[in-house]
Parts: sequence; C-alpha cells; structure tokens
Amino acid sequence: MPSLMILIPLFGVIILNLVFAVNSRMKKAAFWLALAIFSLQVVVAVFHHPALWNDSLGRIDSFLNVSFFVDHLSFIMFICIGMVSIASLFVARYGMKDEDDIFKFINLLIMASIGMSGIVMVKDIFSLYVFMEITAVSSFLLIAFPRSLESLEGSFKYLILSSIATVLMLTSIGILFLAAGGTDFDAIAAAIGASYENALVLAAIGLFICGLFIKGGLVPFHGWLPDAYTAAPAPVSVLLAGVVTKSAGIYTMIRITTSLLPHYQSVNNILMLVGTISIFAGALAAIGQDNFKRMLAYSSISQMGYIILGLGTGTILGIAGAVFHLLNHSIFKSLLFVNSAAVEKEIGTSDMNRMGGISQKMPVTGTTSVIAFLSTCGIPPLSGFWSKVIIVIALWQAGQYAYASLAIIASIITLAYFLSMQRRVFFGKLRAGLENLKDAEGGVLTVSVVLAALTIGIGIFFPFVFNTLILPVKEILVR
Amino acid sequence: MTIINIDNALLIVTAIAAIWTVMGRSLLKATIGLAVTSAAISVIIFRLESPLAAVFELSVCAGLITAVFVSAISLTKPLTHKEILYASKDRMKRYIYLPVILLVLGAALAFVKIWPGLVIAAPAAASQPEARSLLWDFRRLDILGQVIILLAGAFGIVLLFGEKKNK
Repeated sequence: MPSLMILIPLFGVIILNLVFAVNSRMKKAAFWLALAIFSLQVVVAVFHHPALWNDSLGRIDSFLNVSFFVDHLSFIMFICIGMVSIASLFVARYGMKDEDDIFKFINLLIMASIGMSGIVMVKDIFSLYVFMEITAVSSFLLIAFPRSLESLEGSFKYLILSSIATVLMLTSIGILFLAAGGTDFDAIAAAIGASYENALVLAAIGLFICGLFIKGGLVPFHGWLPDAYTAAPAPVSVLLAGVVTKSAGIYTMIRITTSLLPHYQSVNNILMLVGTISIFAGALAAIGQDNFKRMLAYSSISQMGYIILGLGTGTILGIAGAVFHLLNHSIFKSLLFVNSAAVEKEIGTSDMNRMGGISQKMPVTGTTSVIAFLSTCGIPPLSGFWSKVIIVIALWQAGQYAYASLAIIASIITLAYFLSMQRRVFFGKLRAGLENLKDAEGGVLTVSVVLAALTIGIGIFFPFVFNTLILPVKEILVR
Repeated sequence: MTIINIDNALLIVTAIAAIWTVMGRSLLKATIGLAVTSAAISVIIFRLESPLAAVFELSVCAGLITAVFVSAISLTKPLTHKEILYASKDRMKRYIYLPVILLVLGAALAFVKIWPGLVIAAPAAASQPEARSLLWDFRRLDILGQVIILLAGAFGIVLLFGEKKNK
C-alpha cells in the first residue's frame, strides 16, 4: 500500500485545515498530528513489512491509476524524510512564536514531504517531475516564510535556478518521450539502450543530469544553495540540508543513473569529476565563512560530492557507499542545523565572530555538535567514517586511485574547517555578553541527542546496519 | 525549402516577444510580451496538431495569467523617475549579448546541419488516445500532483500576502 505514503499526509493537510484551523488550541494540536504522520512514516519504513508494501489499495489505487514501486532505496529515503521532518517540526515549535506561523509551516512541511515521498516511489519520469515540483514549490514558500528581504532573495534565487532545472528536465523528458513513446522507466531504459549513441538522446541525458546537478546543489550549479540555506528560517534549513536536496537531486540521480543509464561509462566519469570538484570547492569555500549556517551549507555541498563520487564508480559497493553516506549525512547535517538553530535562537545571530566558548553554557548542544563534526570529517568509529571508507574502497577497487586519494585529502580539509569552527563557536573562553546563555528547550535537545545517538549507534553497529539496511540496495543494479 | 515559412516566422516572433518580456523595464509591457509569446506558442502547438493543448495555452497562459498580472500590477505603486533610472542603469548594455547568442544558436540549429544524429527513430505509434482521455485514463496521479501544487500555491498566497498579526 505505498500510495498511503501520499494519501495519509494529504488527508492530514485536509483535516488540519478543516478541523484543526478552528481555534488556537486546535492549531497547537496540529503539531502532534504532523508528528504522528512523520513517525508512522519512519516506523513503516524501518520495519517494511511485505504485507504492507506489496498489497495494493484496491479501488483507491485503481481509481488513481497509480503503480508505485518501493525498494530498499525507497525505504532509506522514507526514513530520512520522516526523521528530518520530525527534527524540523521540533525546531519550528522552538523557534517560531506565532501559532499561526507554526500552523502554516506544518501544512507546507507536510506538502513538501508528500512531494518527496512521491519522488521516491514513482517509476515514471513525468510523474517524477510532478512530485519534484511539489517539493520545489513547498520549498520556495518555506524559504520565504519569514518574509524578510533576505529570505525572499534566497527563495527567489532558488526559484530561478530551480526553474532552469525544470526547463532542462522537461526538455529532456520531451525528447525521451519522443524516443520511447512512453514515460515509464522501463520504456525509457529500452529506448536509451536502442538509441545508445544518438546525439539527441545523449543531449537529453545531459540536460536531465544538469537539471539534477542544480537540484542537488552540486558545483558548478550550486549558486542558490548557500543563500537559500542561510536565508531560510532554522527549521527550513534543517529540512533543505537534511532531505530536500537529497530527494530531489541526489536520490533521483542514483535512481536515474542505475535504472536508465547503466550503459554509459561517460556518465560515471562526469559524476566522479563533478563529485570531486564539489568536495573540494565546498570544503575550501567553507573555510572562509563567518556565518555558521553558511559554513554548514558549503559543507553540505562538499559532502554531496562524496555521495556523487561513490555513485560514479558504478559498482555495487560504490553505490552502497553513496546511499550509506546519504543516510549518514542526512542525520549528522540535520543535527548540525538543529544545533545551529539553537545557537542562533539563544544568541540572536549566526555570526561566528560573535560566539565563543558557548559549550560551557550549552553543554548538550556543544557535545552533540562535536559528535556531528567528527562524523562529517570521517573520524572512527562514527557513522561518517564508515560511509567514507566504503566510498574510498569502492573507488580503489574500481581502479580510480586518483579520485580515492583526493577523497582522503579532502577529509583533511573538512577537519580543518570544522576544527576552526569548533574553536570559534564552542570552545575557548566564553565571549563577553554570553554569561546568561542557556541551552535550548527540551524538545530540541531531545532531537539533538537522538540524532547524535544515531550517529554513534550506526558507527558502532556498522556491520548490522550495513548488511540489513544498506547492502540490499544492490537490487537496484541487479534488477 | 523556403527559409521563411510560417513555422520559422512563428518561432522568430516567439523569441522576440520573449526577449522583449524579459528585457523591458515596464511590468505592463512585459505582461503584454508574455501574452504575445503565449499566443505565438499556442499557434505553434495548434500547427503541431494538438488543438486541446493550444486552447489551454491560449486561454490560461495568454488569457487568464495576463489578466491576473494586469490586476496585480494595477495594485502596485509606480516607480519614481529616479528609481526607474536606477533600476535600468546599464541593464541593456549588460545583456546585449543575450539576443545575439540566441539568434546565432537559433540559426545554427534551424538552418545548419551541425550533427548527423539529431533525428530519433520514434517507435511506431499505436492508436493514440484522445488528449482528454489520455489525461484522465493514464495520468490521474499527475493530476493529483498538480492539485497538490495548486494547494501549495494557495498556501503561498495566504502566507506571503496575508496580513501578519499585530502589524
């Protein structure tokens, strides 16, 4: 019953506006309804009981004419979407004062999750585009949420670049439809296989991949990302960094390259090149930042590069490493953005020059941030270490020694900017004026602790997690 | 083959109207430019034997959206002469190369056979269903998706244009 992943949140939005919008007390309860929807999503994805996923909804499915499909990659994405949405929900309740704002935010958050859930279930390239647009429209509005000049500018930049991506992808879909006579993945894969060297088909593939690079914020198509992440309100930054760019850009890239383009070694070469450039450009740009969120945004670009680099190997191990890093990055980057929200709320700025020694006053935020930093840098035994190691091993096994070496060197740059950040923000002498600082409220701290525990737990129980959750993803290659 | 046939003329009109829309400094003129672009595209779609899509393009993009834009513009405050000068400073100079690039690319793609593989052997078309039944019988999920996009758009209007409390 995969269509329930769309229908339950959709009815959730309708119920919210018909039942929960009546008075302020009911609007406050909207938080719990959204929490229940996202928690349900995580639970059914973690346990993925076949009876639940393989059966159809009968008349409802036939009325909607849907034929969703889910595999282990979809389950991992559902976990990421649900988990990051929950984190974003708690940060919204912590950071937003006006209950009307929280209510509107919850509606848009659920709609964004509908879009992302659709992306990870469809097997039709045009439906994929439609669900990407749902995610994009919700994201534009979420970024513009505070209606400040900065947030409107960030939203507008995302809107323009996302529109360019849309034009590229729609053109590509049009050409592929012309070649295949249909838009489902199987028909397109067969048509691409038959027109392997046709210039127009190659152009269509190139356009689609460029569109996905924009959506994923990869260098040199990353112009919108730092502004959008920085200008967006804190809960939206959590959502964008944690899952939106991953669903719309990275997941789709994994799905498209493995389902439609397994014949093209040149695509893999481009992925590895763009991945490596993103790793270095993101890491080097992060070093020079003074804004906490902006630095995390550049760090995200760098980490996305690792995922694309692993995908570019085209091997089972490389793709498993890419998916594993996607899951890990979703967790530790969400954690960092949750903590940046706490710091920004308590201090009133995200300028690192006005911070210092805040671990003394915000011990939970400080400790969990250090865990997330170390995981990002690939320090054992945390989760980020294992996913990076797998990507490097996959590169080495594929004979890509130069890329493997560059991936290791880039980790040192990551360590450099995070050490600098820790010194400026969390450690050292407490900055004057911050004596009365206190840690964030319970809900946000709970989210931070849970995400930090996941970062540690996945690292410690790596063999179990990798074998049960990640390695089954290989089915996308052997199908 | 004559170079200036009706299809090429329509494409040129579309390109000129689109450039005018983007480059003009008056919102009202840009709206009219957009309507002309949409009208030209509608004719192209009609000539490609897709009358339903052409009617949609003409009624929604050239008609309805233009009306909404003009209504919205009528609610705005016009810029002062100083602000107009500031906004249009160097604007044309900065983007003067864009129409040139567009024209060169258009000419290259339209009249020069630059690449031998630019033709796709389309699969033999089965009996093509009519557009309306195609949408309803095969693309219901996409229609649902578009309804959700409209819902998100409605929230956007409430969010961005609604009055804030205590302000």
